Amino acid sequence: MTAGIVFYLFCSLVALIGAITVVVAKNPIRAAVGLLTTILGIAGLFLLLNAQFLAAIQLIVYAGAVVVLFIFVIMLLGPDPKVSEEGHRTRVARGVGGVAALLGMGAALYALGGSVQPAELPPARPEHGSVEAVGGLIFSAGLVPFELVTALLVVAIVGAIALVRRQGRPPRRVPATDNPTARLFGGPVHPRDGGKPLPKEPVS
Amino acid sequence: MTLPIGNILDHYTLLAGTLFALGAVGFLVRRNMLIQLMSIELMLNAVNLALVAYNRVHGADMNGQMFAFFVVAVAAAEVAVGLAIVVAFFRLKSTVHSDDADTLRH
Repeated sequence: MTAGIVFYLFCSLVALIGAITVVVAKNPIRAAVGLLTTILGIAGLFLLLNAQFLAAIQLIVYAGAVVVLFIFVIMLLGPDPKVSEEGHRTRVARGVGGVAALLGMGAALYALGGSVQPAELPPARPEHGSVEAVGGLIFSAGLVPFELVTALLVVAIVGAIALVRRQGRPPRRVPATDNPTARLFGGPVHPRDGGKPLPKEPVS
Repeated sequence: MTLPIGNILDHYTLLAGTLFALGAVGFLVRRNMLIQLMSIELMLNAVNLALVAYNRVHGADMNGQMFAFFVVAVAAAEVAVGLAIVVAFFRLKSTVHSDDADTLRH
């Protein structure tokens, strides 16, 4: 057992525990922490696979932004709402979920049986996965998708704002008085009136 | 770097497949929209792991890592819009239960 294998086993165990936590957690906050655990484990695996740039991106974007956004929304919506998992379609959903799990595992096992590879990771070139190399590739071969991603992010920001913006403006409260001072300022404007509201009916 | 059984790429494939299957199960079984979104993130992460692992073993270049980078960007946009939809839905129905998203059925 080399150190690499030990690190691989540790990271994959962390990722799996986090994923199971996401699926079974009753409390959404706990599920978000499980997602964070999975992301950290996968970032460790990225480091092991000579993908330093992607490991940093994973930590910054996922752990730094996505999970925080999730927790933000969970806090915004309140400590919820007791979502009962026993809907009338839950049994059907469980059946479909079981079939999907079997299909996924079957696909993984098929891929495992179908690939015959050398037993060790081949030695990587020293620049494999470094920021310079991946950045150079993104700005040469992947330039058009990169620019399209910027457009996608702008569209996503505008769409998110448009979705959560309240429709229409709240009605303005119009003071029900004929006194122009009260209509304009809604209260006493002179220091000697301080603390005393203006009379409801204007003195004529 | 060898494990007692199989070779290392098989293990990465199996791990990615397991994570993807867990995400799929979470998306299909759970009724809480927030947890369903987290399951989608789980599946995208599993795909990224498989891309990077295969790129490390097979790739002479780093196209797999570049693709994983784009997947991360799209996932970030997706989660922003998805959470906005959840917030808008919560304002409408005061719940995040996805079985209650049945306005178009009635």
